[in-house]
Amino acid sequence: MAKRIEVSGLNAYYGGFLAVENVSMTIEPRSVTAFIGPSGCGKSTFLRTLNRMHEVIPGARVEGRVMLDQQDLYGERIDPVAVRRVVGMVFQRPNPFPTMSIYDNVAAGLKLNGVKRKNELDGIVENSLKGANLWNEVKDRLDKPGAGLSGGQQQRLCIARAIAVQPQVLLMDEPCSALDPISTLAIEDLIAQLKSQYTIVIVTHNMQQAARVSDRTAFFNIAGTGKPGKLIELDETSKIFTNPTEKATEDYITGRFG
Amino acid sequence: MSAPTLSPKRGLPGGQAIPATSGMRRLKDNIVLVAVYVAFALAVIPLASVLYKIISEGVQVLSADFFLRSMNGIGGRDAGGGIYHAMIGTLEQVALASAISIPVAVLTAVYLVEYGQGNRLSKVISFFVDVMTGIPSIVAGLFVLAFWILVLGFEVSGFAGALALAVLMIPTVVRSAEEMLKLVPNDLREASYALGVPRWRTITRVVLPTAFTGIITGIMLAVARVMGETAPLLLTIWVTKVINFNPFDGAQSSLPTYIWEQAGDPNQVAVDRAWGAALALIFIIMVLNFGARLLARRTSIR
Repeated sequence: MAKRIEVSGLNAYYGGFLAVENVSMTIEPRSVTAFIGPSGCGKSTFLRTLNRMHEVIPGARVEGRVMLDQQDLYGERIDPVAVRRVVGMVFQRPNPFPTMSIYDNVAAGLKLNGVKRKNELDGIVENSLKGANLWNEVKDRLDKPGAGLSGGQQQRLCIARAIAVQPQVLLMDEPCSALDPISTLAIEDLIAQLKSQYTIVIVTHNMQQAARVSDRTAFFNIAGTGKPGKLIELDETSKIFTNPTEKATEDYITGRFG
Repeated sequence: MSAPTLSPKRGLPGGQAIPATSGMRRLKDNIVLVAVYVAFALAVIPLASVLYKIISEGVQVLSADFFLRSMNGIGGRDAGGGIYHAMIGTLEQVALASAISIPVAVLTAVYLVEYGQGNRLSKVISFFVDVMTGIPSIVAGLFVLAFWILVLGFEVSGFAGALALAVLMIPTVVRSAEEMLKLVPNDLREASYALGVPRWRTITRVVLPTAFTGIITGIMLAVARVMGETAPLLLTIWVTKVINFNPFDGAQSSLPTYIWEQAGDPNQVAVDRAWGAALALIFIIMVLNFGARLLARRTSIR
């Protein structure tokens, strides 16, 4: 069910401001691709173009092509809502729905899309929570509010919620930046397990994390404030961190940046 | 390694004790504290005295008959009679006004926050909502009198009163609902979109439930406010002494107009009835408020 993503000539705008310029890359299925780079370099913006979440912001628009296997996500007759069912997303801050129980949070994507059969939901909720390594911690309190969990548990709940709709790609926007090291480790273990089934793209500020979890790493950079972000290079993670092709990548990774 | 030194102007020189709070600061602290208590007392005195007066005067006339009888057949100087017809009128008029105004107001707020996002139409709507907020209540009554009764030719009725009350309710409910919807974190909308949930379902299943408690509170404030409105009702429902269950047919009574009517009567028995009706009105508003709070607590964010 994992799919390959091929991006070509992608520009992302906020109103008249060009935030990401001319990005082309291939994201391999059943692997983890990490995006690294300084703040404001457009890596999160680029990530959000991959499931058409970018255009949710008023005035934001995208040019270029994003092919998911043979389909252009920006094709004329493509429904952005349908795209987001195929390409799921986990956000920086855990954001469970505060009015819903743990069970309802995981089932939200299905329930809100009209799946009502209790048996089916029960099975999916259990599998998703197991998939997110959260089942054992919450199985006795599925009817309790999701907001009552710890930050790390909430984030795993959000991952469970994202995989419950059975997407083919999972986008993660700095999923560990609000978490402590133990919870971070739990999420990283989870990413390693999930990559056998999903195409995973993760944005991170933590280069050790990129080195630990990803198979391939993309480095984004900006020439200065107000300039668009660009993809500098994308390669095997081991090559990026030991022998990058570009000087800018090496400078960033070794901390000689700026 | 040398010990870090603090700048002589801002920090404490090494070894010196931390000084006690200066007398001047304690004096200022006490003055402000007294001022706060005085202000609180000033705010509470009118509230307490009104409640005391209404309860002490109103309790005297309370009886089962007072709640179960109308003024039908009660002469100018007779004791007895009751508020049954007025309670029926008020409950029906406010229920109708709520049924008209709440959907309109909540949908307007949804448009302003979720769809308008500062476009020209939403600015125009916002402007007119502000203008409506400032309308004196009697003008709302005059509007319904002029438009509904005089131009369109309908007769005075509880429904005409409800229309006037709805005009008064809409802007306050729009404003409060708008503020509550704005408080819903954008993260939740994005979380829902990212699950492939369409926008309208995101609004009905995620945004509105999250803001529900606040919206209910705003609605209750508006209901409590219009329940005590007198002037617009005098122009639209007329006055009657008899029970009229049908808000679409002919004059109806209401608690505020009943109070106005009885309190203006020179007989002590009528003035006593006005106190009793005022107490009943406060009680009804309190019960509604309490019910809304229970509802809000049951469904609130845990």
